[in-house]
Amino acid sequence: MNHHSTLIERLWAPIFSVFSVSMLIFLVVPILVIVPLSFNEGSFLSYPLSGFSLRWYQEFLGSQEWMRALRNSLIIAPAATLLATALGTLAAVGLARGEFRGKGLVMAVLISPMIAPLVIIAVSLYFFFAQLNLLNSYLGLVLAHAALGVPFVVITVTATLQGYDRNFSRAAASLGATPWFAFRKVMLPLIAPGVISGALFAFATSFDEVVVTLFLASPAQRTLPMQMFGGIRENLNPTIAAAATLMIAASAVLLLLMEWLRRRNEKLRGASPA
Amino acid sequence: MSEVSLTAIDHSTEKGASLKQRLLRAEGSYRRRSMLLIAPLLIFLLISFVFPIGNILWKSFDNPEVARALPTTLLALQDWDGESRPDEKVFVALVKDLKTAKDEGQIPSLIKRLGYEDGRYRTLLTMALRKLPDDGVESTGRALIAQSTLWAEPSTWRSIQRAGRTLTAYYVLAAFDHQVDAQSGDIVELPKGQALYLSVLMRTLWMALVVTLLCVLFGYPVAYWLARQPSSRANLWLIMVLLPFWTSLLVRTAGWIVLLQNGGLINHSMIALGLIDQPLQLVFNRVGVYISMTHILLPFVILPLYAVMKGISPNYVRAAVSLGAHPFRAFWSAYVPQTFAGVTAGALLVFIMAIGYYITPALLGGPGDQMLSYFVAFYTNTTINWGMAAALGSQLLIIVLLLYWVYSRVTRPANPAQRA
Repeated sequence: MNHHSTLIERLWAPIFSVFSVSMLIFLVVPILVIVPLSFNEGSFLSYPLSGFSLRWYQEFLGSQEWMRALRNSLIIAPAATLLATALGTLAAVGLARGEFRGKGLVMAVLISPMIAPLVIIAVSLYFFFAQLNLLNSYLGLVLAHAALGVPFVVITVTATLQGYDRNFSRAAASLGATPWFAFRKVMLPLIAPGVISGALFAFATSFDEVVVTLFLASPAQRTLPMQMFGGIRENLNPTIAAAATLMIAASAVLLLLMEWLRRRNEKLRGASPA
Repeated sequence: MSEVSLTAIDHSTEKGASLKQRLLRAEGSYRRRSMLLIAPLLIFLLISFVFPIGNILWKSFDNPEVARALPTTLLALQDWDGESRPDEKVFVALVKDLKTAKDEGQIPSLIKRLGYEDGRYRTLLTMALRKLPDDGVESTGRALIAQSTLWAEPSTWRSIQRAGRTLTAYYVLAAFDHQVDAQSGDIVELPKGQALYLSVLMRTLWMALVVTLLCVLFGYPVAYWLARQPSSRANLWLIMVLLPFWTSLLVRTAGWIVLLQNGGLINHSMIALGLIDQPLQLVFNRVGVYISMTHILLPFVILPLYAVMKGISPNYVRAAVSLGAHPFRAFWSAYVPQTFAGVTAGALLVFIMAIGYYITPALLGGPGDQMLSYFVAFYTNTTINWGMAAALGSQLLIIVLLLYWVYSRVTRPANPAQRA
């Protein structure tokens, strides 16, 4: 691109590339080192590898504790996602309808779960739920995780709505559609990519959440990250690597879904007059 | 337009309404419907989030223990001059209160709370409770003073009075390593051995700062490099940023332990290569915390900076170079300033997230690497000193809110979403 290639510049470019690529490797290495260990025969979570085995996956699948943790995560995360997505989408639609006094403040409240340090959220909910008898309950965890996921839904749906042409809704209304019908049949299909990516964000938030869960859950509601936290702290064995590998696979699926949705959303934006 | 009051809609005047009125009414009902859509979430968050967090601010001043356990004593102390030995009726009230408190199970919290004022009060109360003077005794006061002369000292009673107020500055003072001296009643610094939180606060801010600088230092060049790659290739490289971003924090923490521990991959390879003889201590200390926190927060700098840099035309640097500037100088004075807003926003975001870190220092750090969050958790779960947990939590919360306010100022022009 640049026609003034001096010697320094010519040397600089490869050095710079090597540096950048090594930083990118730095980002993925801790994830990649875990995967081979989950197939390792030896019973320590360390290299060198001693032989291929699926025993840690068997261990994971056969362990009552891990299975309960997985089941709890698969109960709490979808429920929290559903609540966060429903409330968040409605609010984003309301926010996109126009200006009103105090909108900044409302927005600040809706975003606040993303900003407040997790420990503070955890402690405040601990005190609050203790009074309501919601400690050590699924409901309490679902409510807490939903609150944590809400900002992501609000932000992604709000962003998607900027590319939504309001005339579609007006056209539906002028043809006699009720607001709910127009929302369901016209607006929702068009903003679906944003809603789904918001939901995925909310799901990932709940599925990875550990701090708030540590405070609010008893062993009966122990989630996958909580089980992992205990495992890393107390006995670091390759079952953790098996669990981690499955979680990495789940993240990769989430990432691919997000990427696909992003492209669809870009297409939608490109098509709309906005 | 925003002057329209929502209550102005009155259906009785429907017929005679002017066009302007009808327009205003339509606008009002439109706005009301918008509010109705926002309301469920707003109410949900106000109840399940804003209120509990506000509550924690209040809890750092809340002081119910002594007031609840010793109501008659505090009442009797109202007539006391604060200088001399209190009257016999104060002692009698105390014994009566202690008996009731014993029956109602309030003693542990009472002893704990008075112990914060002065550690000696713990033994004082325990002793008194072991042998409470009977009703028939000639002088309750003399009987108690016979147990300990502390009961004769006015400072003891002043401490009870102070601890008996329903609001206290004790926890907030303690969060800044200060206390009210039990003898003189003045606010003094905690003795050297007990002072802890200011250094924890400083450590927290320092660690967050180091991590932020590391993230910017490493993230900036990577974002720049990515932004200069052709789009299709950049998207592939970006997967390497996004995968860790989406992977559970605990998975990454486990990965770092595998890499950094004494028998871990890094030490193993370095010994095999003959670079070192003894394994380096890379984890369960500050180094491990810095490495993994930088790793976790780096995407938060790279991703927004990449977005900013994608939007910067290369023409500025080209123009500078064509005017005779050295490429490095051209980069420094024509390119870097255009990324300042992005860098500031990214750095602030990382700093805000870093000061609240709990899991990473807890799993990868040593005792001397724990940040404020750890102590908040510790006081909630381990020692059950909720006032202290609340005061330290409030400290952290206020810092975060201030920083977020700065952040929202910095990012406002770049974020038309809130203005549109």
